[in-house]
Amino acid sequence: MNGAAPAIRLTAIDKYFGAVHANRSASLVVQEREIHALVGENGAGKSTLMKILSGMTPADGGTVEVGGREVTGWTTAEAIAAGVGMVHQHFMLVPTLTVAENVVLGREPVSAGTFDRARAERDVERLCEQSGLAVPAGRLVADLSVGEAQRVEILKLLYRGARVLLLDEPTAVLSPPEVAELWKVLRRLRDGGATIVLITHKLDEVMAVSEHVTVMRMGETVANMATSDTSPEKIAKAMVGRDVDLAVRQGGGAAKLAGTPGAVALDVRHLVVRGARIEKAVDDVSFSIAPGEILGIAGVEGNGQTELLEAIAGIRGVTSGTITLGGADITHRGVHNRGEAGLSHIPEDRHRRGLILDYTLAENLILGQQHHYTNNGILDRHAIIDHARRRIVEYDIRPTDPSLPARALSGGNQQKIVIARELSRAFTVLLAAQPTRGVDVGAIEFIHAELRKAREEGKAVLLVSAELKEVLTLSDRIAVMYGGRFVAMFPRSDASEEVIGPFMTGAARGQVA
Amino acid sequence: MNTRTRVLLEESVLPPLVALVVALVAGDLLIMAYGQAPGVVWRALLEGTWGNSYGFGQVLYKATTLACTGLAVAVGLRAGLFNIGAEGQLAAGGFGAGLVGLMLPAGTPALIAVPLCVLAALAAGGAVGSVPGILRARFGAHEVIVTIMLNFIVLALLNYFVSAKLHVPETLHTPEIHAGAVARLSGTFDAFHGSAANWTIVIVLLAAAFVWGFLFRTRAGYELRAVGLQSDAAEYAGIRAGRVWFSAMAMSGALAGLGGINFVLGYKNYYEDGFTGGAGFLGIAVALIGRNNPVGVLLAALFFATLSQGGLAINAMVPKQMVEVLQGIVILAVATAVPEVRRLLRSAMSRRKAAP
Amino acid sequence: MRKLSVFIGALLAVHVALLFVRPSGSSPAPAAAGLDIGVVFDLGGRGDKSFNDGAYIGAQRAARELGARVRYVEPGEGSDREAGLRLLAAEGMKLVIGVGFIFTDDLSALAREYPDVAFAGVDFAVTIGADGKPVAPPGNLAALKFREEQGSFLVGAIAALVGGSRKVGFVGGMDSPLIHKFEAGYRAGVKEVCPDCEVLVQYAGVTPEAFRNPGRGKELALSQYQQGVNVIYHASGSTGLGVFEAARTMNRYAIGVDADQYREAPGRVLTSMVKRVDNAVYDAILRVKENRFTGGIYNFGLAEDGVGYVYDEHNRALIPDAVRARVEALKAEIVAGRIAVPSSR
Repeated sequence: MNGAAPAIRLTAIDKYFGAVHANRSASLVVQEREIHALVGENGAGKSTLMKILSGMTPADGGTVEVGGREVTGWTTAEAIAAGVGMVHQHFMLVPTLTVAENVVLGREPVSAGTFDRARAERDVERLCEQSGLAVPAGRLVADLSVGEAQRVEILKLLYRGARVLLLDEPTAVLSPPEVAELWKVLRRLRDGGATIVLITHKLDEVMAVSEHVTVMRMGETVANMATSDTSPEKIAKAMVGRDVDLAVRQGGGAAKLAGTPGAVALDVRHLVVRGARIEKAVDDVSFSIAPGEILGIAGVEGNGQTELLEAIAGIRGVTSGTITLGGADITHRGVHNRGEAGLSHIPEDRHRRGLILDYTLAENLILGQQHHYTNNGILDRHAIIDHARRRIVEYDIRPTDPSLPARALSGGNQQKIVIARELSRAFTVLLAAQPTRGVDVGAIEFIHAELRKAREEGKAVLLVSAELKEVLTLSDRIAVMYGGRFVAMFPRSDASEEVIGPFMTGAARGQVA
Repeated sequence: MNTRTRVLLEESVLPPLVALVVALVAGDLLIMAYGQAPGVVWRALLEGTWGNSYGFGQVLYKATTLACTGLAVAVGLRAGLFNIGAEGQLAAGGFGAGLVGLMLPAGTPALIAVPLCVLAALAAGGAVGSVPGILRARFGAHEVIVTIMLNFIVLALLNYFVSAKLHVPETLHTPEIHAGAVARLSGTFDAFHGSAANWTIVIVLLAAAFVWGFLFRTRAGYELRAVGLQSDAAEYAGIRAGRVWFSAMAMSGALAGLGGINFVLGYKNYYEDGFTGGAGFLGIAVALIGRNNPVGVLLAALFFATLSQGGLAINAMVPKQMVEVLQGIVILAVATAVPEVRRLLRSAMSRRKAAP
Repeated sequence: MRKLSVFIGALLAVHVALLFVRPSGSSPAPAAAGLDIGVVFDLGGRGDKSFNDGAYIGAQRAARELGARVRYVEPGEGSDREAGLRLLAAEGMKLVIGVGFIFTDDLSALAREYPDVAFAGVDFAVTIGADGKPVAPPGNLAALKFREEQGSFLVGAIAALVGGSRKVGFVGGMDSPLIHKFEAGYRAGVKEVCPDCEVLVQYAGVTPEAFRNPGRGKELALSQYQQGVNVIYHASGSTGLGVFEAARTMNRYAIGVDADQYREAPGRVLTSMVKRVDNAVYDAILRVKENRFTGGIYNFGLAEDGVGYVYDEHNRALIPDAVRARVEALKAEIVAGRIAVPSSR
């Protein structure tokens, strides 16, 4: 004990969400002026713990202390007044207002009864300088990049005088250079006296930036250690509860399995796709995938990957070009037809597309396949439950009750439902968009193994991931997408983070075969 | 307490209970505001409804129509569509049944005439309901606007037909139908003497069972609910939202239309202009309080029918507006207390915002 | 959840406590003795300051002068009409009155079912038999009918004579045969004194709702005033309140209906075509009290003082003596049967 009260002390926190016991006597101690990593698998209860700390939801049991003062059950307003603020995964900004307006929202400087815009901008600019967070104060939030928007979120907290910053998976949406930039900002804030709690499940981030790390598993706090005394292996073991092989397995056997020569499972020619805002979100993209091959697409998010996969899946219309699946032109077929032709699809956003959150596990496991579980229009409930029971065991989905709504499951287990459904159907081509997003280390390992298995069974896989490592680990060939185009294409053997990085940011342009 | 019963309590039982006690206390205060004794008035309300067989028959009669419009709105909501047009669909259904009943020769056996009239009611209501379905699927027209406007159009057209072509002079109704009458319950059970309750109630119970089976046991129902809950996920699953919207609205309209036979075939044996009396609109409340579940809809229909008939029984003590205010309070209390209703309304809103 | 249960418990406790509250002056349950009269209103409801209120005034007068105990029922929808009549008949009322033509069938049926109770239907629609003659209602049912076309005829004449713009207006409630009767009489009255005058006719709607839509009434009236109409006659229940509102804003005239509606817009109500529903109702109650009630058709026209127009200290200044004289002459002609007023268009 060093005498001074810790910045944060959570003791024996319990929290239920309906049937889910999200926190089980969890605890967390964070000292002043440190960057503290809070890690754990998805559904381990990290976010819940932070919501309790920031006053968004009350705990069902336990105590919360901030700076030595007991504040159990406080509100967000009280938390903010006491200098505790949270940056959420989903930004809470008003896109039609400027950076400065967003930052001061709720605490606008006023002169003579009206909003003093000039002063707001001055204040925000000064805050930018002090904190090292560079954002143009007069710009509209709608025009910002994701990294900039995140900085605005942090500025909002600083403007309200936050001394304790809680960041929920802040790097999920950032490119590697933006991540490096964020670390710089966090260190500078810490040096300026701030206390920072970083929620993450990426172990390299823990090692890179934190001083202390607390590990949670299934709602409990299972380890608390100084980062310098630990290793990624130790942390991973604490997170999952068993040993995990973290070594990046190379696309082993890529050479021997890189597709059957001459055979083409999926062929895309000169594809142009309209985006929500721009005319050509996908701009003249051509490629083909052979059976038994994984083609990975690397790139910073928002460069047309989403539109490309949606167009192939049939959810988004095609402006021009063709899509051929196993020799059949499917460019203008419906989603259902493509599925029957052998297309399987793990969608990027499981909450919006991949699952119906209010449907049960069993119902979700037949989504898109419902016609195969029907007799004369009547659902075959035995077959559906039977299917669910088998997938639940096979893919280790928890909890195991097939009649629970998908909403009650953790993110990782929700993703397992999607994977189980899409991999257990008959297919020749798999579209896998961000298959491990928001998924814990154990599940990532599992999902990677499943994708490799699909390849070995002769399936063609088109993989899109914001995790460059994942693309490098799994793919036989790697395409880099930037501004709606394929700007480079590498065989696995020629690709590395260093080679690909510049293409991702548009700094380099290559010729695509 | 295990977590499952706990969830059931929190999500399903407590909220309606809260709504009920809030309404009770609000009712007490309203009654006192009129200078009456709550105990006396509530008692009169219960005696006038569930306390004697005539009153109970009236409750059943009113619940029959409300169950139909409630089911109609519920089916729409399950598909993510707000059907505000049950009033017009109900009128159209009644008119269709009445028209066929008039056209059939007198003496047509009931075994033929009743099914024909019921089919006519379903078809007429379904036709009106499918219009917003088509407009929504083809042109993205907002079904709330379309159904509201269609109410005016349908009611005006029916009024024209009745007042210009079919009415008995100095009345608002058609001549009596020649065939297709549904017998009153009082024909079999003397106790119901005088009440309007009739065998339509059995048809409606069958319809509710059918709706339940359709929603929860068929592929079409699975797809309909998928579209209603998360249209993006349904699209991903290869379900064509447009087709679902169309069939959901047609079905919704047909169910509302079915309610028309309660009055036309079961009670008066003629179509009377304005017979709907707001039952179509009250169906929205019935569906919300019944939580879009056919069983819940039946219970909610009984509840609102009790309030309506009870309002008549206590009319000597408090004006009928008190009962109307009470209905409003129940609806508000449920809308705030039931999480499912909140979620449903919210998702309907966000879908609207997300739609292009 | 504990909080919620406590909340429910607390509210229940409040409710149970309130159950025992007996405010002073709360009405005791009616006893079935004496002159008990039941009145079931039309859907327009009490407070329309017109037709239903006319029945109310008549019943209240009977309560004052004849010692009648009156119970009122306001139906909410179609089947409530029969239910209301039935509730009252079953409670042993001496006389049950249905206010509005819409009660016709229900009254006929119940009169047969309760032969010992007297029934009366205001505006009762008498069926025309195969021989073209009216079918007499059951012996314990009085059909109280009004010759509205006669009263409308007179106010039509007033409108044309006072308006002076060769255009007069008419706003009807629900587009239905009953209201066509008002329109027809009014039109005939206008043409009688001003053959080339134009009559603007509009209806508020096609459902019973059209009788309780003041907003619509105002809208229609404003548009007619803007087309150069100076006087509008309304036959539209509480929708007419909007017509008066329009008359006030535009500083033109409106003619009320059923009851004297002068107070709705003092100075702007030229006159009112009064339908003495109160007299008819009072008369029916009086007959019951004096044990001389019989069923049958009762027609209340100009001759019986069942309809008329208002001419009193409020509007005397608005109607010139010459006009008054002309209208009285027309009235005499109608009473004498020399002018036949049409009752349909």
